[in-house]
Amino acid sequence: MKLLEVENLTTYYKLKEGYVRACEKISLQLGQGEALGLVGESASGKTTAALSLVKLLPDNARVMAGKISIEGRDISRAMEDELRRIRWKEIAIIFQGAMNALNPVRRVGDQIVEALRIHEQMTDKEAYLRTAKLFDQVEIDPSRTKEYPHEFSGGMRQRVMIAMAIACNPKIVIGDEPTTALDVMVQAQVLQLLEKLRRESRMGMILITHDLSVVGETCDRVAVMYAGQIVESGPTEKVFENPAHPYTRALIAAFPNIEGQRHLAQSIPGNPPNLLSLPPGCRFHERCAEVFGPCSTEEPQPVELSVGHTALCHLLRGGVSA
Amino acid sequence: MTDVTVNTGQHDLLQVVALEVHFAARKGFFTSLFSKEPSLVRAVDGLDFSLAKGEILCLAGESGSGKTTTGKAILRLVEPTGGKIWFKNEDLLSFNRQRLRLFRQEAQIIFQDPYESLNPRQTVFATVAEPLEVNGICKSSAEKEERVIEALCEAGLSNPRELFLRYPHELSGGQRQRLAIASALVLKPGFIMADEPVSMLDLSIRAGILKLMVDLRDQKGISYLFITHDLSLAWLVSDRIAIMYLGKIVELGFADAVIRQPLHPYTRALVSVIPVPKRVMLSDKKLLQGETPDPVNIPAGCRFHPRCPEVQMRCREEEPLYREVAPGHYGACHYI
Repeated sequence: MKLLEVENLTTYYKLKEGYVRACEKISLQLGQGEALGLVGESASGKTTAALSLVKLLPDNARVMAGKISIEGRDISRAMEDELRRIRWKEIAIIFQGAMNALNPVRRVGDQIVEALRIHEQMTDKEAYLRTAKLFDQVEIDPSRTKEYPHEFSGGMRQRVMIAMAIACNPKIVIGDEPTTALDVMVQAQVLQLLEKLRRESRMGMILITHDLSVVGETCDRVAVMYAGQIVESGPTEKVFENPAHPYTRALIAAFPNIEGQRHLAQSIPGNPPNLLSLPPGCRFHERCAEVFGPCSTEEPQPVELSVGHTALCHLLRGGVSA
Repeated sequence: MTDVTVNTGQHDLLQVVALEVHFAARKGFFTSLFSKEPSLVRAVDGLDFSLAKGEILCLAGESGSGKTTTGKAILRLVEPTGGKIWFKNEDLLSFNRQRLRLFRQEAQIIFQDPYESLNPRQTVFATVAEPLEVNGICKSSAEKEERVIEALCEAGLSNPRELFLRYPHELSGGQRQRLAIASALVLKPGFIMADEPVSMLDLSIRAGILKLMVDLRDQKGISYLFITHDLSLAWLVSDRIAIMYLGKIVELGFADAVIRQPLHPYTRALVSVIPVPKRVMLSDKKLLQGETPDPVNIPAGCRFHPRCPEVQMRCREEEPLYREVAPGHYGACHYI
């Protein structure tokens, strides 16, 4: 039994003009202590996919289909009351730019204590002890619980947000671009911290990022999203060494590699399709360098290349070998 | 694919000597009652470098290292508090208003965020034409239109006429940055300061913008001061890289040399965290502890010593000299 299983999750946004197909037939699996990277460019649907798991979506979003289960328990039909419990104790989210979401006029410790008192029904004293311990876990001096957010640097505030996310011992932590606004060195420090916490408490982690390298450094498995679909997923080594989808290949090629030759890679021509009116066939075919016969008419189906490595591309259907 | 060639021009377009930008830090009322010393933010604290014609020099460093302030000081968008800047062998800091106006036609700037740097209520045409109007360059509207079309084409926006009446929100991120580049190019500058020009863009469109910048250098001999926190990007496009830490250059040299044979412990640490697109164990990496200190309280001796993994007694007391260690490769550390 997997910690988290998602099958065919589909979320659309309703606009006057029609449905924005932001997230289509997303299937994911996450084991205990495992880290999954959800990579994609802006507007590829990665954040929508993650927020759909705990239904933290804007009012015009509709989860059209899909099954989500945590340890075999189906939560896709959970009501608001249960969702509220799930959000802290089972799935916690560290938001993008979360470090700026701390209340500037309250001591950071108090903000964590508040969460603990509400969700764990702790007394003040218990909650303060627990907060000090959490600070220790995220490698901040526990005496700093009495300080205000402005006394912390960006990296430290992000650590506070991580402490808050793990306050109720969630089984799964979702990080939505948790290091994007930070300096390179601090970014590496925060990623190292997340890895340490994951090992210590065996929690599952989903890391949403636009940065392939973050995935390479922290994730066991990777799922690449494009225009609302997962176009390739598999163990990180396999996807990096043997990318099967032309989009994954282009993304990896666009990445400057200081161990290689100094040349500017070709950028992918064009822009992602409009999710309101998608082209027929494969969603990537208009920008794909290897487009052929069926790409513009038939929607590709997932092909399993090896255990756990799948991709969504006609090339893999015995057509033209990649 | 474009090969990035190393450019070693002889005639320097820009020379920066001991540049200093200090700001007075704002203090609370009570603090200022009890202390006599005004506290200073030493954002840029003695920089020396030069930029040749047609060269791409990268200023790299973490936030707070003073790289953007340096760029602004060179365009005189902030006033330096010390040092000299020579632009085409003229003293830039002595320019009067009139001369400064001319200088600002030759020197242009591209900002990080094309979502914020463009006026949302100005059409594409108006955005690119504005610099021409402000400087009273075109005599007829036909000439103006010609210049605008030329600039848009140079920035890689095809069918410029169709874009004329569009607004920035109708363009994609890549197109917006190209529009920002077009409005910098329309005055035919010889020098462009590009402050993190691609860091807001998706990986798949970055390469196109970078290639455009390098092509413009190759075709028109434009010099760039390229400011970025991303060392792999710096290595990819620039001829030379200067690594900044707390307002000083700690290392400067040819791009390949700085990345492949870094001299300074800080550069070595930065290079070790450059991402590579493969599975690596983060736990194996040696990370620097802590964050860049406050530029109000710059540590004594070598300013990097509190975080340096190779710190010695001497580093705590004596500030290292910035010197040429190998031909064209400069560093500021006692032990290189």
